[in-house]
Amino acid sequence: MATERYSFSLTTFSPSGKLVQIEYALAAVAAGAPAVGIKAKDGVVLATEKKHKSILVEEHSIIKVEVVTDHIGMVYSGMGPDYRLLVRQARRVAQQYYRTYLEPIPTTQLVQRLAAIMQEYTQSGGVRPFGVSLLICGWDTDRPYLFQCDPSGAYFPWKATAMGKNFINGKTFLEKRYNEDLELDDAVHTAILTLKESFEGQMSSDNIEIGICNAKGFRRLTPAEVQDYLANIA
Amino acid sequence: MQSRMVELETRNQDPQGDHGPQERNYILSLHDVLMKKSILNYNGGCVVAMKGKNCVAIACDLRFGVQAQTISTDFKRVFELGPHLYIGLPGLATDTQTVLQRLQFRIKMYEMREGRRLKPHTLMAMMQNLLYERRFGPYFVEPVIAGLDPNTKEPYICALDLIGCACEPADFVVSGTCSESLYGMCETTWQEDMEPEDLFECISQSLVNAFDRDALSGWGAVVHIIEQDKVTTRTLKCRQD
Repeated sequence: MATERYSFSLTTFSPSGKLVQIEYALAAVAAGAPAVGIKAKDGVVLATEKKHKSILVEEHSIIKVEVVTDHIGMVYSGMGPDYRLLVRQARRVAQQYYRTYLEPIPTTQLVQRLAAIMQEYTQSGGVRPFGVSLLICGWDTDRPYLFQCDPSGAYFPWKATAMGKNFINGKTFLEKRYNEDLELDDAVHTAILTLKESFEGQMSSDNIEIGICNAKGFRRLTPAEVQDYLANIA
Repeated sequence: MQSRMVELETRNQDPQGDHGPQERNYILSLHDVLMKKSILNYNGGCVVAMKGKNCVAIACDLRFGVQAQTISTDFKRVFELGPHLYIGLPGLATDTQTVLQRLQFRIKMYEMREGRRLKPHTLMAMMQNLLYERRFGPYFVEPVIAGLDPNTKEPYICALDLIGCACEPADFVVSGTCSESLYGMCETTWQEDMEPEDLFECISQSLVNAFDRDALSGWGAVVHIIEQDKVTTRTLKCRQD
């Protein structure tokens, strides 16, 4: 069959030992909208920029910070459509775990399984790697978790990190601002300030999105709550 | 599994019984059902578990037989799965062994993957899955779980039927060929908040007096008392008839 020739993996090693397909995927991530995650003593915060192509867009119908289970949430930098697939897989994996062990999935387990899925897409035939990096946050065993998951299937636990456009500046900013005994409220402020570093134009509750996770679980902040935080900063 | 059941039936057919071709399709004949013949009772044996104050107990008999014939009297059917976690697998002896092996495999995989100890409640969920996966060709075991939660040290007991329906009561669970007698004994002897010594006495008396009224179990017993800092295992001397 002629199509068989094209059903092999497109991700092949270059002579220098690099997988350029994965580097291109990382480039897609670095060109995507910024996302920030910060771990605090009593919770985790995820924040992202949500710029719209046109003023005619219904801002609040587009959602980037997603709930996976009661106590886990995630956000991305990179390609929106690829993210939707991963959100669906994440929810599936979480429910499957719950059905098997009658216990909510630990964040580390969810991250490992999602990373395994992302890795599969670097080696399988007929597919390309995901054009997204994920920030996954959770609360279990009485402590917060924050992970980054890359297109290669590599994953890292962070105290605080930034991804997407200007992520290097974001990380430098966080290195200066982060300290171990941050409270969740302060972490939300720091996250907003990190986004602000590279933000073009006026920040409002319509063009940023925030999710928080603590002992009570994960939730997306309402535009009104985001507005309150923004008012405190100005 | 199916062929074993059918074979068992043909061997035990009533000589006077006029089994038509349709009747032969049943796994057990009406006679067998009335005589309470079931693959679950083929080898005999029973298990009981009880909650106490910050402790749990689990005990089993030691008989392994083939119907009325006793083959050996040192067949343990309670197994250690972790520091404070035990499971009893009364039923068909071959399935006792198979289920134990498959369960140990799953537990090892779980503990490696997650890097933490299995909770008794999680074991229950695992067991439900393992058994229900064979919903239409079940393992003939009715497991009993007893243990302490590794984090909270909370006592936990539960019993499952052969397709994995769990029961998690606050007092005691019974399973095996003399479960009716065990219910009677446990209902009269069990009290709330027993200390380990009292719990040992209670579970031992319940088990021994129950299986002495049953021809398919007995011939010795093993009792495990699981406490936060230690597990005591005792073998009981029993009548050998």
